[in-house]
Amino acid sequence: MANTQQVGDYQTAQTLETFGFLPKLTQDEVYDQIAYLIAQGWTPAIEHEHPSQASNHYWTMWKLPMFGQQDIDAVAAEIDACRRSYPDHHIRLIGYDNYTQSQGVCFVVHEGRA
Amino acid sequence: MALKSYDAGVKEYRDMYWTPDYVPLDTDLLACFKCTGQPGVPREEVAAAVAAESSTGTWSTVWSELLTDLEYYKGRAYRIEDVPGDNESFYAFVAYPIDLFEEGSVVNVLTSLVGNVFGFKALRHLRLEDIRFPIAYIKTCGGPPAGIQVERDRLNKYGRPMLGCTIKPKLGLSAKNYGRAVYECLRGGLDLTKDDENVNSQPFMRWRDRFEFVAEAIQKAEQETGERKGHYLNVTSGTVEDMFERAEFAKELGMPIIMHDFLTGGFTANTSLANWCRKNGMLLHIHRAMHAVIDRHPKHGIHFRVLAKCLRLSGGDHLHTGTVVGKLEGDRASTLGFVDQLRESFVPEDRSRGVFFDQDWGSMPGVFAVASGGIHVWHMPALVTIFGDDSVLQFGGGTQGHPWGNAAGAAANRVALEACVKARNQGRELEKESRDILTEAARHSPELAIAMETWKEIKFEFDTVDKLDVG
Repeated sequence: MANTQQVGDYQTAQTLETFGFLPKLTQDEVYDQIAYLIAQGWTPAIEHEHPSQASNHYWTMWKLPMFGQQDIDAVAAEIDACRRSYPDHHIRLIGYDNYTQSQGVCFVVHEGRA
Repeated sequence: MALKSYDAGVKEYRDMYWTPDYVPLDTDLLACFKCTGQPGVPREEVAAAVAAESSTGTWSTVWSELLTDLEYYKGRAYRIEDVPGDNESFYAFVAYPIDLFEEGSVVNVLTSLVGNVFGFKALRHLRLEDIRFPIAYIKTCGGPPAGIQVERDRLNKYGRPMLGCTIKPKLGLSAKNYGRAVYECLRGGLDLTKDDENVNSQPFMRWRDRFEFVAEAIQKAEQETGERKGHYLNVTSGTVEDMFERAEFAKELGMPIIMHDFLTGGFTANTSLANWCRKNGMLLHIHRAMHAVIDRHPKHGIHFRVLAKCLRLSGGDHLHTGTVVGKLEGDRASTLGFVDQLRESFVPEDRSRGVFFDQDWGSMPGVFAVASGGIHVWHMPALVTIFGDDSVLQFGGGTQGHPWGNAAGAAANRVALEACVKARNQGRELEKESRDILTEAARHSPELAIAMETWKEIKFEFDTVDKLDVG
């Protein structure tokens, strides 16, 4: 058994579900994930919410889901636009899967200040 | 029809129950048995005997048969096939008319299909390999209380497998210490923790105390992490009255999920509990203690794919399926075959996966496949590849055996899982690049680096006992 000095202190983190345990995704990594969800045939969508309300199921939608959108840059541009409008909000990217009637992906791309 | 006369005595089964020209109806329930007859008994007679004994027949003709239309009700052996690589056994395919079975009762189906016939003297061994349930029958069953999609929405988990672990030691902890172990796992990044199947309500920890401390652990972990959490509270009990009392209390505490052992508890209890869960908005995790007694012998018993299908009909939102890579038995292709049966709405016949029939599940919700037992971070890339997103990956020792404790162990697994999902979505090949992917992820996570060091040598490489039949 390791002695106490070798045991680390794991500090609980606010992690906001999927990808919450990875370092903040870079612009390129976000692009890869957008490309993945579009390639799956899913519909990209953006939601935002003030951190104090983040545990609710529903966040506020940014415009409408981008039905039929195949352009990664266009999706990334909407994320930026959402961020400019709500700089202190969490922003998450969703891929709506109309076959399973669920979300194929959903992860936070920008964290607002709590 | 009315002109038959009563002839007392013993007829050969094949006269009535071997019907090679029969074309099965869409409404028939079809079964494939692997038969090993006693030496000298012809295959057709064995197959016909199985069809007879699992449906309308008995060993002797009886006068009251003539009061009904047995041509309508009898099971029919309609096909015989060689078992690849096996000279003494063969597959017998039997069609049963749907009216032989009570609606919505897998209990009734199993009582017929795997009842007396399994002790039949003309057989040395008998194994039920697969059942094709007609969609008309499936529509009479309740199925999973919630299903994959509803569970994802309730728990807010998308785009990845969920992470769980069974609290250890499996027996002997006090309720408060047990809740501590739960809290540590959940704050560290697991989505779900689990009662061990042996934990019911023993003297060292009565169920009510466990439920209360676990509820506090979940609430605290949810507040601190901002994520939704759950713990499978095992309500398996000696009586159904106790089972429902425990289920009601879990609901009172606001818990999202409870747990049942469907084979030791029995299908009747399981179906009732699934119905209760559906009415009360509760998720249901299903453990499978006793399955290996029934399904492991390659020539006798019931294949797990049949038990899995029956569970989906009886009701459960999660079912243990083995890990393929861990400490428990499980062939990869065969496991994927029954994982499909749990999750898909249509599964085509595919002998390379041990699937003997097309199976249409219609709109019945899917069941999460649970991989649990002897797995650790090094297995993560393979597990994500094998099981995909609609699964729960449960690392018991692989979480709580971490040198820094449960929370760090949980975080290590969560980092590894998310790194694998991210890499997969980027188009990388997880199993080939597993070492690189995990090593990169560990650069940002000392917890993962230590976990990788701790379990780097642990392997479980024994050959599978129950293999698929191939030549």
